Amino acid sequence: MVDLVWLIPALPLAGFLVLLVAGRRLGEPVAGWVATAACFGSFVATAIVFAGLLGKPEEERHVVKTLFEWLPTGGFSVDLAFLADPLSITMALFVTGVGSLIHLYSIGYMHGDAGFPKFFVYLNLFVFSMLMLVLGSNLLVTFLGWEGVGACSYWLISFWFSDEKNASAGKKAFVTNRIGDWGFMVAMFLAFASIGSIDYADLTLAAESGELAAVTATGIGLLLFVGACGKSAQLPLYIWLPDAMAGPTPVSALIHAATMVTSGVFLMTRVNPILAAGYGWAPDIIAWTGGITALFAATIAVAQNDIKKVLAYSTVSQLGYMFLAVGTGAYVAAIFHMITHAFFKALLFLGSGSVIHGMHDEQDMRRMGGLRKAMPITAATFIVGWLAISGVPPFAGFWSKDEILLYAYDIHPALWAIGLFTALLTAFYMSRQVYLVFFGEPRWNDHDAVATADGDEVDGAHTTDAHATAENSEHHEVQPHESPWLMTTPLVVLAGLAIVGGGLNLPINSDTKFLERWLHPVIGENEVHIDVATGTKWALAVGAVALAVVGILAARAIYLKHRVKPVEPALLAHGWYYDEAVTAFVGGPGTQGFETAAAFDRTVVDGAVNGVGGLVQRTGRLLRQAQTGYVRTYALGITTGVVIVLGYFLTRLTF
Amino acid sequence: MTVELIVFGVAGLVCLAGAVGVVASKNPVHAALSLVATLFGIAVLFIAQEAHFLAAVQVIVYAGAIVVLFLFVIMFLGVDRADDLRVEPLGGQRIAAGVLGIGVVALVVAALASTSFEATGIHSDTGPLPDEGTYDISLLSEALFTKFVFAFELTSVLLVIAVIGAVVLARRTRKSDEIVDPGQEERAEQVAERMARAEARARVYERNRQPDEWGRPTAAGDDTGTDSADEAEEVTA
Amino acid sequence: MLAAMEVTPAWYLVLGSLLFGIGAVGLLVRRNPLVMFMCIELMLNAVTLTFVTFSRMLDDIGGQTVVVFVLVVAAAEVVVGLGIIVALLRKRPEATADDLALLEG
Repeated sequence: MVDLVWLIPALPLAGFLVLLVAGRRLGEPVAGWVATAACFGSFVATAIVFAGLLGKPEEERHVVKTLFEWLPTGGFSVDLAFLADPLSITMALFVTGVGSLIHLYSIGYMHGDAGFPKFFVYLNLFVFSMLMLVLGSNLLVTFLGWEGVGACSYWLISFWFSDEKNASAGKKAFVTNRIGDWGFMVAMFLAFASIGSIDYADLTLAAESGELAAVTATGIGLLLFVGACGKSAQLPLYIWLPDAMAGPTPVSALIHAATMVTSGVFLMTRVNPILAAGYGWAPDIIAWTGGITALFAATIAVAQNDIKKVLAYSTVSQLGYMFLAVGTGAYVAAIFHMITHAFFKALLFLGSGSVIHGMHDEQDMRRMGGLRKAMPITAATFIVGWLAISGVPPFAGFWSKDEILLYAYDIHPALWAIGLFTALLTAFYMSRQVYLVFFGEPRWNDHDAVATADGDEVDGAHTTDAHATAENSEHHEVQPHESPWLMTTPLVVLAGLAIVGGGLNLPINSDTKFLERWLHPVIGENEVHIDVATGTKWALAVGAVALAVVGILAARAIYLKHRVKPVEPALLAHGWYYDEAVTAFVGGPGTQGFETAAAFDRTVVDGAVNGVGGLVQRTGRLLRQAQTGYVRTYALGITTGVVIVLGYFLTRLTF
Repeated sequence: MTVELIVFGVAGLVCLAGAVGVVASKNPVHAALSLVATLFGIAVLFIAQEAHFLAAVQVIVYAGAIVVLFLFVIMFLGVDRADDLRVEPLGGQRIAAGVLGIGVVALVVAALASTSFEATGIHSDTGPLPDEGTYDISLLSEALFTKFVFAFELTSVLLVIAVIGAVVLARRTRKSDEIVDPGQEERAEQVAERMARAEARARVYERNRQPDEWGRPTAAGDDTGTDSADEAEEVTA
Repeated sequence: MLAAMEVTPAWYLVLGSLLFGIGAVGLLVRRNPLVMFMCIELMLNAVTLTFVTFSRMLDDIGGQTVVVFVLVVAAAEVVVGLGIIVALLRKRPEATADDLALLEG
């Protein structure tokens, strides 16, 4: 049964090829159903493989299925092989599962769009790439998927590329990812240079046996982390994710919430033996980067007015939590949070898509309000997602976030404090969003609110889902309505998962920690062990919940009851002016640097090459002067030669 | 004072005087006559070394035929005008020539001295010099026609080739000998046109003489391209 | 005092080298083609003198045989060379070696 692992990426690939050829002919909605079927079939295949792995004893849950030898070059041979082990199958499960739900949702969301078949072509290709990423048994297959998801992300973000902003957002995402990809590639080179292989099995063996020097292991680990920063939007390469909201909402849900952005965390977990074999300060860097990113993004989310931007920054923040966990050594907690985050973030994004759809492509939260009466299912599911992300028990988010904070408390108390404060901010801004959108008085036809919103429009924080035409400037009557069943069904399913998702790894006792036991073969000894008294655990949990409640109440006071004036400084709304700083740097010193490099290339490199040619020319011109044409000069030359040769032989013979 | 010493002294002096005469004479006829003196001196030295046949051959062939040939050509072409030996267009040529000449002589003498003026070579298989009684000519002919007959035949072929070559090189082409070429008149016109243009160019060039591309001034009296082209045209016609 | 000196073959060799040197200098210095040719003949004669001397020193007739060949080749060479000079000087009687400078770089 585990041998069917090749079927998992094959079905989306088949879907991609079918839609590539016949998508336009199939048209709406058949193309969408084909794509969804392919993705769902992949989910079924994953479930079968999962069952197969469960049937095996724990030590054997590591199956490599080689399709063919991909690069049979001399000393470096790479196979196209899949690795079916607990980590990859876990990832594949929620990628295909959440992916199928989002495919279903997209059939409803993209209804009426001219590029309907094209959308599903890209979506299926994306799922295929993502599955190659998680199922690869060596760094190169993972990189294939890595690049594939990057490319699909670009295509999907700039799906409505006729608007220049969307095209730029796509380009920004691609270029920023590329910077991270550089780190990935150099890590691959380093791995090959040190142990001659880039297979995960070989790398693990080398790291555990000590063959991999600590310096090399640290190098590989940190370079892969650079790649992860690019893909998973951590500081300093997070800038593409908020702009990526220019893509259609299902794209934001699938790629920029649930799957692609988690590939960085996945990669770090996959190479955990290498991180363990490196210096101790390398994981600290990862943890601190994650922690600071979490806080940074949370502060920005507080001041955003676009419904999707809040969620984008929230994603960056939650990813920061995951990297915090990875850096602390709590890999299981990171994966746990990844899974629960996939559920509730996808739910939140799809919910926001539903709101946008129902509000006829309105995305500014200041023009919403009181939508829970008009869109009850959306509101209910969104509220579930909100409670989950805020860390309110018994929803899934509480359990996973608490795990991370527990480990942080024991190992990096400073980071625990940062994480705690970020949790407060998370509760605050999510509650703000919920109150602004679903509660309070409806503002969508309130001209004052609309005028304020118009006047306040901050360019950097406002990128419309380009479904929107000129409707933002027209203040005509909007009648929000609930979305069709195609869109609400996935919401309900995801809400259910968000409620029960915590059951994966309840910290009650080792029996209930399913995920930890399941992932043990992959992470095993590198999972840090902590000994915290149960009382402390209770205290921490209660404290976290209390802070969440404080955040919720504060938001309620400001945005619902209007008892306190909102504080949304422009600094935060502009994302600490980080984008502007990057632009200034690239435009100023950056361009200078590029010019210097280009000038260096022109003068030194080209100069050397041309100089050789010039040297030959000049030498020739010099030597040509010996060709005077005068016979007597030539005779002189001959005589000189005679004298020299005679002299040489004489000196050799006598001395 | 042995006879040999006197003979060597006189003949040697004559040789050297003749050699210097060849090099230093302004008039080519004088140079030819000096060459004759040298050849005679060498013949005497041959006799002193008991190579009688060779001495005779030297006088007959070299002095009697080759130098006469030289004189024929000198008289025939009317180049008996004196050279201008004061001017040396190639800079440093004379100094270099002097240095090299001294160098060659010094090195050769040094080479000889390195073996204390003894001959150190292997004897060839042609046999020893004649004793008193036998003639060198018989040994010479024996060696020439038995051991070196192949080389002898080759030299005869060489002589034939030389004669043919001389005839071909030196003849004047008569109109009736020329190959008739249908397009010749047209080509001749084109050539004349090109020559006229080249001459015009040369005149312009003369007027605007600029330093050459390396900044060296072009010297007066230099061959411009036209003259040599002119000459080359006529030579190949 | 001169009476005590004996003429060893070495003297002939030195004379030969002197003649050769003078001929070489003449070849480099003179511009008239005919005179240059005569200097070449001078050098050839120096060589024949040397060969005969070596023939006597080594008690070998081979040296004299070579001289015969040198003579023959010199004759052939003079014939062809003078033919070329005649062909050249017929057109330009005042030509010198320096005028044949077309093959320059």
